[in-house]
Amino acid sequence: MKRKLLGALAAIGALGLPLVAAAATAPESDWRRPWGLNLPRGVTELSQDVYTLHMLVFWIVCIIGVLVFGGIFYSVWKFRKSQGAVPAKWHHSTTVEVVWTVIPFLILLFIAVPATQTMIKIDDTSDYDMTVKVTGYQWMWEYEYLDEDVAFFSRLDRDSDRARQRNPDVRPQDVEHYLIDVDNPLVVPVNTRIRFLITANDVIHAWWVPELGWKKDAIPGFINEAWAEIQEPGTYRGQCAELCGRDHGFMPIVVVALAQEDYEQWLQEQREENGVVATDDAEEADVETAVLEEVDPDELMQVGRQVYDNQCIACHQAEGQGMATFPGLAGSDRVMDDDDWVIDVVVNGVSGTAMTAFGPRLDDRELAGVLTYIRNAWGNEAEPIQPADVRDAR
Amino acid sequence: MSATSHDTHHDDHHDHGPPPGITRWLFTTNHKDLGVLYMVFALIMFFVGGAMAMVIRAELFQPGLNLVDPHFFNQMTTMHALVMIFGAVMPAFTGLANWLVPIQIGAPDMALPRVNNWAFWLLPAGFVLLLLTLFLPGGAPAGGWTMYPPLILQLGDAFPFLIFAVHILGISSIMGSINIVATILNLRAPGMTLMKMPLFVWAWLITAFLIVAVMPVLAGAVTMLLTDQYFGTSFFNAAGGGDPVLFQHIFWFFGHPEVYILILPAFGIVSAIIPTFARKPLFGYSSMVYATASIAFLSFIVWGHHMFSVGMPLSGQLFFMYATMLVAVPTGVKIFNWMATMWQGSMTFETPMLFAIAFVILFTIGGLSGVMLALAPVDLQYHDTYFVVAHFHYVLVTGAIFSIMAAVYYWLPKWTGNMYDERLGQWHFWLSTISVNVLFFPQHFLGLAGMPRRIPDYALQFTDFNMISSIGGFVFGLSQLIFVWVIIKCVRGGEKASDQVWEGAKGLEWTLPSPAPYHTFEQPPVVK
Repeated sequence: MKRKLLGALAAIGALGLPLVAAAATAPESDWRRPWGLNLPRGVTELSQDVYTLHMLVFWIVCIIGVLVFGGIFYSVWKFRKSQGAVPAKWHHSTTVEVVWTVIPFLILLFIAVPATQTMIKIDDTSDYDMTVKVTGYQWMWEYEYLDEDVAFFSRLDRDSDRARQRNPDVRPQDVEHYLIDVDNPLVVPVNTRIRFLITANDVIHAWWVPELGWKKDAIPGFINEAWAEIQEPGTYRGQCAELCGRDHGFMPIVVVALAQEDYEQWLQEQREENGVVATDDAEEADVETAVLEEVDPDELMQVGRQVYDNQCIACHQAEGQGMATFPGLAGSDRVMDDDDWVIDVVVNGVSGTAMTAFGPRLDDRELAGVLTYIRNAWGNEAEPIQPADVRDAR
Repeated sequence: MSATSHDTHHDDHHDHGPPPGITRWLFTTNHKDLGVLYMVFALIMFFVGGAMAMVIRAELFQPGLNLVDPHFFNQMTTMHALVMIFGAVMPAFTGLANWLVPIQIGAPDMALPRVNNWAFWLLPAGFVLLLLTLFLPGGAPAGGWTMYPPLILQLGDAFPFLIFAVHILGISSIMGSINIVATILNLRAPGMTLMKMPLFVWAWLITAFLIVAVMPVLAGAVTMLLTDQYFGTSFFNAAGGGDPVLFQHIFWFFGHPEVYILILPAFGIVSAIIPTFARKPLFGYSSMVYATASIAFLSFIVWGHHMFSVGMPLSGQLFFMYATMLVAVPTGVKIFNWMATMWQGSMTFETPMLFAIAFVILFTIGGLSGVMLALAPVDLQYHDTYFVVAHFHYVLVTGAIFSIMAAVYYWLPKWTGNMYDERLGQWHFWLSTISVNVLFFPQHFLGLAGMPRRIPDYALQFTDFNMISSIGGFVFGLSQLIFVWVIIKCVRGGEKASDQVWEGAKGLEWTLPSPAPYHTFEQPPVVK
């Protein structure tokens, strides 16, 4: 419970709280366990079809393997010079060669039929009941419930994030779902045909939850479609499956499937919370009504530190010292002196680098906070940046 | 040196041994010297790439970031692949081709000796560029050897080094391949018809055509990356009207033939070794040739199976699935032919034969997991997991690299005139074979149980198999030191080898003295 409490506190805004309660009621899938050997059967029709096909072809190749290896080992045992074997002279047999060309071909035909059927089924994204748009970022996921006014980011949970540092204060072994837990899981209803629209904001990612039966690449500038209809309530975990930079291994996916009425209730709570990031309409409304008064620098520092620890620390590091291609912030004159530039970098990103635009992800207060923080932490000293300054730069 | 009855004074340029000192190696146009250079270079790169693999396995020994930063881990996975593919396996095969093709077809040397020298010396140049990136700000390439944009465009100062290194290595491979094609098509001894050539020569002829066909495609793809990065083009940038997936199509149009470039010469080697030690002719010679050619043809139309998850249209997915499944047919023919060659033979198990038999069995494991991966719907689960890592290491390590080791043990007595130490060879074989399975077999389980590839740290349930795999990796890495020791020992001395070396060995190279003289077949032999 302590873990969940910490995770909730660390989450930006109040978004995490009701979710944690919802997630706690969803049973954990027992597929992920030590010494796991095989694919999961999964919880969708597709995943079960895929599993059946996988097992079919697995047993076929096992039988072929046993026959081939049996033949080789028999030869090695039987036709040894030390056993007095005399070599035969033959080196050709058209009949035999035709047989072992045709039989594999027939076996392949036999496999191709169910494979084609399953592929057609996976590809059919028509007739959906709801749509979730999934966007990959370096290194987190964003989920948007289309037509529901609900959207949020989902990133590695706080405990895993602490334990995955070098010389961590928490051992990975002590974190319950190390590297496969998130702050805000994707919550969906069961027995509903969900269409996923999958894309990315920076580089290519891949959205993969093994128990749904497929993975799909998230490609910047393009939208891929996929679908799932989850049959059982539960918590299903996956990870990004396409190398996407330094923290590729640290952007897990958690799907919580709830009964329809629980899901409706969760959705209602989300709308009431009106989380950090809303859909475009709500965001505009937010911006217009935002209170752009002066904020106390101490408060900005506090907000900024939280944002920094969540968003920036992976690249720019705990002491702002940077790493490899990721520039250091501590002691940087430009960060402290060139207000317009530093605001522009944080709000709009730097194209062609891993520095993405944080404008769309954070509100003015958070942006002002993190800007103030990086200009005043680790021995840096500069004027605070106020939400109004950020507003102008958008 | 050569035992001709010519007037030696008049003809002495034929009878020179190699010039002394370093100039011999810098300026040599002799196919045997270049073969040695290629193979020594490949061996060094095998250890460089192997050291990177050791870093990877050490980091993955247990959960948590224990040794290196994730950014450096990604550099290791990327560079390990580039070094092993372009630095170890391809040069080793080219070195074998240099040494063996002329003496197997009765030619005095390669057709284009100066090109041969240049093709080799480009390799160290390319690798200086590539390995230098490890010391540049921002580090070495870390976006995977597949260099997918947009990720690869985030690379720092190493980016142009990577691109030009790929260009140089590509030019080197193309020149080496043109030379091999020219040699095989023009310099065969009288009577050595195409369908009498040893299968190693056939395999290399086909491989060389593949290299000439696809290396320019890779060069084009990386050049487009270069112009996207520096000259404002948008080939792979959606915001400018391009498509990141276009790169993947182009890359894998190169990449799939490339993986067959890494395995076809292996088929040739094994087809030479098994008949020798089974003392029985190769079963189905002509079907072996046709199967190799079919595999080469199919390699051009299966690239999409690397991309089942990118969102291709259904018809595309099905086409690539069917085409990929077809590869199993000619590959199966080859495996069955090797089995039939052993059947009713009279086998002995010297080190080359042990490696060749291990090749057939372990490569088949990789082939069978390949059949599973060919199926588009299940590939959506396997793709980018350790199941794929296990698959391609079975075909590349226990396939390509085992065949190279088999070839070195098999022809070393011909090259050096000395027998290698059989006892050490057997130790090398058994340690390598056991450890390589401890290393890679559990990775099948890891992948199926949900572990993605190219991650520096993992969820706790993957701990046990990763630990086992790492232990296998360390033992495999150390075992290769035995290989180096065997080679050094054999070069320095040992029991003298006969001309035929192996009781069952057939072919022109075994008619030459051991060691093979500096110049051979100045008068073409007559092949009946």
